Amino acid sequence: MNDASTGNTAATTAAPAGRALVTPRQLTLALVLALALAWGFLPEFTVSVLSNIGLYALVAAGLVMLTGVGGMTSFGQAAFVGMGSYATAWICTSPTAAAWMGGAVSPALLPWAGLLLGLVFTFALAWALGAVTLKLQGHYLPLCTIAWGLSLYYLFGNMDFLGGQTGITGVPPLVVAGYPLATPRALGVVIWAVLLLALWAMHNLLDSREGRAIRALKGGRLMAESMGVDTARHRVKLFVLAALLAAVSGWLYAHLQRFVNPTPFNLNIGIELLFMAVVGGAGHLWGAVLGAALITLLKEKLQDVLPSLLGSSGNFEVIVFGLLMLFVLQRFADGLWPTLARIAGRWVRPHAPAAAPTAPDVQLAQRNLPARGEVLLQATNVSKRFGGLVANNDISMTLKAGEIHALIGPNGAGKSTFFNMVSGVDDPSSGEVRLAGQAMTAKPSRVFAALGLGRTFQHVRLLGHRSVVENVALGAHLRAKRGWLAAMLRLDRAEEAALMAEARRQIERCGLGAHAGTPAASLSLGQQRVVEIARALAGQPSVLLLDEPAAGLRHLEKRALSVLLGQLRAEGLGILVVEHDMEFVMNLADRITVLEFGTVIATGTPAEVQANPRVLEAYLGGADDELLEDAR
Amino acid sequence: MDLQIALLLGQDGIVNGAVYGLMALALVLVFSVTRVIFIPQGEFVAFGALSMAVLQAGRVPATLWLLLALAAMVLVVEFWRWKRGAVVDWASALAWCVVLPLAAAALVLLLKPTSMAGQALATLLLIMPLGPLLYRLAYRPLASASVLMLLIVSVALHGVLVGLGLLFFGAEGYRTTAFSEERFDIGGIPVSGQSLVVVGVTLLLVIAMFLFFGRSMIGKALRATAINRVGARLSGIPTELSGDLSFALAALIGAVSGLLIAPLTTVYYDTGFLIGLKGFVAAIVGGLASYPLALAGALLVGQLEAFASFWASPFKEVLVFTLIIPVLWWRSLHSHHVEDEE
Repeated sequence: MNDASTGNTAATTAAPAGRALVTPRQLTLALVLALALAWGFLPEFTVSVLSNIGLYALVAAGLVMLTGVGGMTSFGQAAFVGMGSYATAWICTSPTAAAWMGGAVSPALLPWAGLLLGLVFTFALAWALGAVTLKLQGHYLPLCTIAWGLSLYYLFGNMDFLGGQTGITGVPPLVVAGYPLATPRALGVVIWAVLLLALWAMHNLLDSREGRAIRALKGGRLMAESMGVDTARHRVKLFVLAALLAAVSGWLYAHLQRFVNPTPFNLNIGIELLFMAVVGGAGHLWGAVLGAALITLLKEKLQDVLPSLLGSSGNFEVIVFGLLMLFVLQRFADGLWPTLARIAGRWVRPHAPAAAPTAPDVQLAQRNLPARGEVLLQATNVSKRFGGLVANNDISMTLKAGEIHALIGPNGAGKSTFFNMVSGVDDPSSGEVRLAGQAMTAKPSRVFAALGLGRTFQHVRLLGHRSVVENVALGAHLRAKRGWLAAMLRLDRAEEAALMAEARRQIERCGLGAHAGTPAASLSLGQQRVVEIARALAGQPSVLLLDEPAAGLRHLEKRALSVLLGQLRAEGLGILVVEHDMEFVMNLADRITVLEFGTVIATGTPAEVQANPRVLEAYLGGADDELLEDAR
Repeated sequence: MDLQIALLLGQDGIVNGAVYGLMALALVLVFSVTRVIFIPQGEFVAFGALSMAVLQAGRVPATLWLLLALAAMVLVVEFWRWKRGAVVDWASALAWCVVLPLAAAALVLLLKPTSMAGQALATLLLIMPLGPLLYRLAYRPLASASVLMLLIVSVALHGVLVGLGLLFFGAEGYRTTAFSEERFDIGGIPVSGQSLVVVGVTLLLVIAMFLFFGRSMIGKALRATAINRVGARLSGIPTELSGDLSFALAALIGAVSGLLIAPLTTVYYDTGFLIGLKGFVAAIVGGLASYPLALAGALLVGQLEAFASFWASPFKEVLVFTLIIPVLWWRSLHSHHVEDEE
């Protein structure tokens, strides 16, 4: 085959391990092909089990996206499966439904109407549930799904038109092109085709601008918001995506079983589905398939063995699943897939990153940088009180285009509080912050980002497992616009290439070109701070807020950083720096504002500030000897 | 519905609300101190109620074997940690793994209490050590994991315990003898003595907890841990202590709740889960942080359930759990900026 031959030539030229024979993509294609060829010859029972695994894997894949990638979770996916199932079962069998549609839909098309109804209902419910919890901390959504998983189960069992506890029988088979898919062998093909398509789409989604935003959800929403990502919206969309996958699985389930009752949509099943995702590997799409296969096969086995072993019948497999979960969570927190991948890694060559096109044919959004000397950021009489504690008292300051303004002060002077207020993390108790001429009260960080504010964090906030270039590309989030659907269908490649090219350009500029492909967590702390600067620059900011950028840098790195900041100033950026390194600040800053106990005690050029008696006193009383030396 | 029925339902709601209130207190306590959303809280209720029923039937409840097995497992784990150089507080480990389980075993197997008070004490001794033992086995190794991860652990543990409950007690339900068979008539409303016991014991527990957290040193240490975990550790409050204590209190509250409701309603092996979840709805009213709001939420849940069972009995649970939606919506109105996860 063509794939194999290219694989071999590539392996001889580039394989580092020597024995790496295939790329993951080739392996996947080969396995899918093997499954397709064997499908017709597998025994009836195996086909039926495989179909069930496919159905579960479809739901578990949604949970992988939620749990492992997005840092949320749901215990109630079984209820969404139930919505998909009941919607199609009701449309296909109910005389009321038939009367409503007035015969406009031919019987062969009824299942498709059912699919549509299921998706619409699931979409509406998932959106509502997500919207209610989106502003709250992450654990409210899963708690909410437990309550809703139970509620929907009781509803299914108590609604007369859904057949109560008996459910609905006589669901017709799916008919495709006049051919009824009545057997598991026929419908199983559709199930696996849908599953593989869904996995492909989600794989593409994760490998895109929106995918980076989704991953950023887990790395702390504060960081994502500062990059301009609307985290609440992404969370809801992700939840809806997982729910829709569950509904599609339910639709297929109804036409596979040909009847529905409430039992398979109980909360227990919802929990089992989550177990599949976690045991398989909640951060990996293929982990969903692995987990679904493991749990489904284990369940078959346990339901045979346990009752005779324990001497009574009942839902005992849940004990084993629970213990298995506890074991996996304590020993293999990322599930079993990474372990499997590591073992297989001896033969599988990592997918070679595609060479970046030299001239991307899509332009990222460009910002018109303001004229030098224009006021960019203005704080007027800003105060912040936490109960009785006044952290910031009546602070006023401005940042102009083309200057470096340093904010210094002893520990506890209120620098971080002030920083939070000029970056949209917190609101002042009184006073006003204006950015690019706009009042910013009650605006979230992402609006600050949209108006051209880029920032770094005192405690580095990077996605440690992702490469430096991916982290930096997240900074350019707002400069591109392709959405989820385009990403899933790979219609975003030109824009993606432009984003990557921009990210690489900023990394080169910050002097980390050699590390573009390495995971961010493997860099030194100082280098990680520089990655944060590159990430901020990728957003093409006009205002740059740097929180202790020189901390952890070595002497030469500091000098390089000074040069870079000097260049940026020359380009017309306004830079606000919070820094403890006095030598660094005094040599670099145009103006300095000194805070003590939340109040501005001095403002001026480095020379003026160094001569100011109040500043000397503040620092002499403190523990910072460097300033003293500099002041002499 | 006339006034008579309304008052009866209201009384029902108060009694149920009291138990949900106890659940909510335990859940808020465990969450604020350890960040664990303790889904299996309800299992302590079921285990407590069913152990009491088995004791009253003159048999040995299987929870004793569970307790001894867990104690042995924790001892092995502690010994293994000690071997590997970890600091092990043997005093607390022996208290939870040896003293209390042996006391429970002695009481159940040797003394075979026949009085109601003796059986209740045996039940409490059986259930309370389960809290810290489960904490040490399931949660402590993951103490630094995210809230979400701990929640998934909780759900897994819930599965294990419900399965064990079915194994231990079978699928049929039990009802225990009431602590009080008295019947009162207050202003034309019949009030059962057991209802008064439930409300009275709840009030007593709430006051006791209030005093414990407000006055005692250990209570203050737990509160300090809830406010700032790292700061508390730096001031010398051991994390183990806070984990052990909060789970022991949770288990104790669960067992007491089980004793309280078992004479009022038939308890099945999985009844506890629903009771615990209703406690969650109440606790969420208080944002999983405020005790008074959680108690108010519990009363609300109790009343809603009582009146829903009259008007729309089949949809009783649906209505109670749907309450979580407006509650969360109301809470989200109060949060302006994005809350950063831990």
